[in-house]
Amino acid sequence: MAFAIVRQRLMLLGVVLLGLTMVTFVISRLIPTDPARLIAGDYASEEVVEGIRVELGLNDPIPVQYGRYIGDVAQGDLGISIRTGRPVLRDLAAYFPATLELTLAAMLIAITFGIALGVLSAIYKDGWVDQFVRLFALVGFSTPSFWLALLLIYLFYGQLGLLPAGGRIDPLLDDFSHPTGLLLIDSLLALRLDAFVSAAAHLILPAMSLAFIMIGGFARLVRASVLEELRRDYVRTARSFGLTERRVVVRHVLPNALNPFVTQLGVYFGAMLTGAVVVESMYAWPGLGSYILQAIESLDFPAIMGFTLMTGFIYVLINLSVDLLYLAINPELRGART
Amino acid sequence: MKASVPMKTMPPQLTALFEAIGEWRQRFRSPLLLFGAVIVCFSVLVALLGPFFAPYDPIAVDVTNRLQPPSFQHPMGTDELGRDLFSRLLYGARISLGMGIMITTLGGSVGFVIGCISGFLGGVVDNIIMRLTDIVMSVPSLVLAMALTAALGPSLTNAMLALAFVGMPSYVRLARGQALSLSCKPYVQAAKAYGASPWAILRGHIFPNALPPILVVATLDVGAVILAAAALSFLGLGAQPPVAEWGAMVASGRSYLATHWWYPVFPGLAILVVAVGFNLIGDGLNDLLDPAGRARKS
Repeated sequence: MAFAIVRQRLMLLGVVLLGLTMVTFVISRLIPTDPARLIAGDYASEEVVEGIRVELGLNDPIPVQYGRYIGDVAQGDLGISIRTGRPVLRDLAAYFPATLELTLAAMLIAITFGIALGVLSAIYKDGWVDQFVRLFALVGFSTPSFWLALLLIYLFYGQLGLLPAGGRIDPLLDDFSHPTGLLLIDSLLALRLDAFVSAAAHLILPAMSLAFIMIGGFARLVRASVLEELRRDYVRTARSFGLTERRVVVRHVLPNALNPFVTQLGVYFGAMLTGAVVVESMYAWPGLGSYILQAIESLDFPAIMGFTLMTGFIYVLINLSVDLLYLAINPELRGART
Repeated sequence: MKASVPMKTMPPQLTALFEAIGEWRQRFRSPLLLFGAVIVCFSVLVALLGPFFAPYDPIAVDVTNRLQPPSFQHPMGTDELGRDLFSRLLYGARISLGMGIMITTLGGSVGFVIGCISGFLGGVVDNIIMRLTDIVMSVPSLVLAMALTAALGPSLTNAMLALAFVGMPSYVRLARGQALSLSCKPYVQAAKAYGASPWAILRGHIFPNALPPILVVATLDVGAVILAAAALSFLGLGAQPPVAEWGAMVASGRSYLATHWWYPVFPGLAILVVAVGFNLIGDGLNDLLDPAGRARKS
């Protein structure tokens, strides 16, 4: 039964991915300027532009062009970036680890604080912690992340001089190899503690800017499901056995309460990815966000298409794995869905 | 016992109404919802009347007074071209709020109509529309909006169109669900049996009855949309200079942060306050209209 669901979801994934290529293809058609002219540059002669047009197949009928595009994408060919002159896929792969490190760090911060605050506000329901978390969630949702980033830079870099405000690491310390692309891990692998500290210091502000939006939301989610669980019979039983409240919450309530929370993470990851674009631009963080903004500035449409496609792909994949994960941890649903 | 007599003589609808009013008053005693309503009303007033109170022309350049700190002449200081930030902020309210409301209205109404049609007609049409929404929703909305705006060319109008487009699918889904459940209702079945045309049923029965929940969701959405629009403008994809848009003002002020903090801080604060207002209302409405949540809270 579970297999049938997985198969069905994978087929749906195929449809959505095909649709995604259609979206990016349409976007590339919307660009008002002639792509061949963009590639050739302003001073190229009309013959050169025409040559590029023929070479790219821009004179072919639209369905033929779309077919060729799908074929290329299926082979992992996302085209050549106009701005960098390198294959888009290689560019994306080069910038991806920085974004991954940033989003993972932000996720970690948001989940840790979110769970802690959520549990506290459920236990002390309607108390001042609860009210504070409610307000915090509200302000978190309502703060423009670029503005928060500015304030953090002003405070921690400009006024206090505690933390760096740009880049991923002190360039002078960046002389070790990068097998994973995640500097925190790479520096540890190279046994370079100084580099690790520098990378961590560079990561704190961007990750905090990104996490801030999520913490309150996470706390609210955890709070709701902890409250739900606290009313269950097993909690009463555990209490009647004389277990301490702390043990009841940590050992019994929390594992159950986190189930619904996990499924929500997928949704938030999408918000995290888009937030990363804005935050990266603030901290000169050399990730996908900075890459795409430069691509947009120079109308580098293969890069824009590639980025959109890749983001969609990651997003769909994350949501799929969250669904499957939920299926795995919640046996009740397996029967219910088929 | 005597006291309960008048209650019994009261028609049940009236009792229900009184209960509902009582509950609203209860809610409005919750200071947060009231606070949200006050903020939103105030910002709408500023958007409508602000330009009349603005002490200066928002785009008038006055280089002799560039980057002045806040003072009596310039309550929020001036920018690098000597433009009064307070006046720009007042004018910007119209753009930021207007964008938020127009994007939500556009995306919401188009999505609503498509969703109703999809749910009511069902079959192949429904299937195609649903797969299309799946596809649009498979890209994080701001990323898609960025790509679309980049392709169409950065401008206020294009940013609005892009944001309305990426916001549409959630309304389509919601309206479809409503239409689906409405089309099983006896009065809709009766209208069908009577030979009413699909369009007449849609107009007469589906649209009016499916609308209220969509309106609530749209209200909840405005805060997020204002933030998204500000982010696009901040990234240079939305409002273009010299338009006084809050996101764009933060962007042009960012390089002056270290020396002239007021320049990027005030416009950002304005975005925050308006978004808080809308989100407070959203929070309150959610509590009010979600019976499950209400039971949980009590």
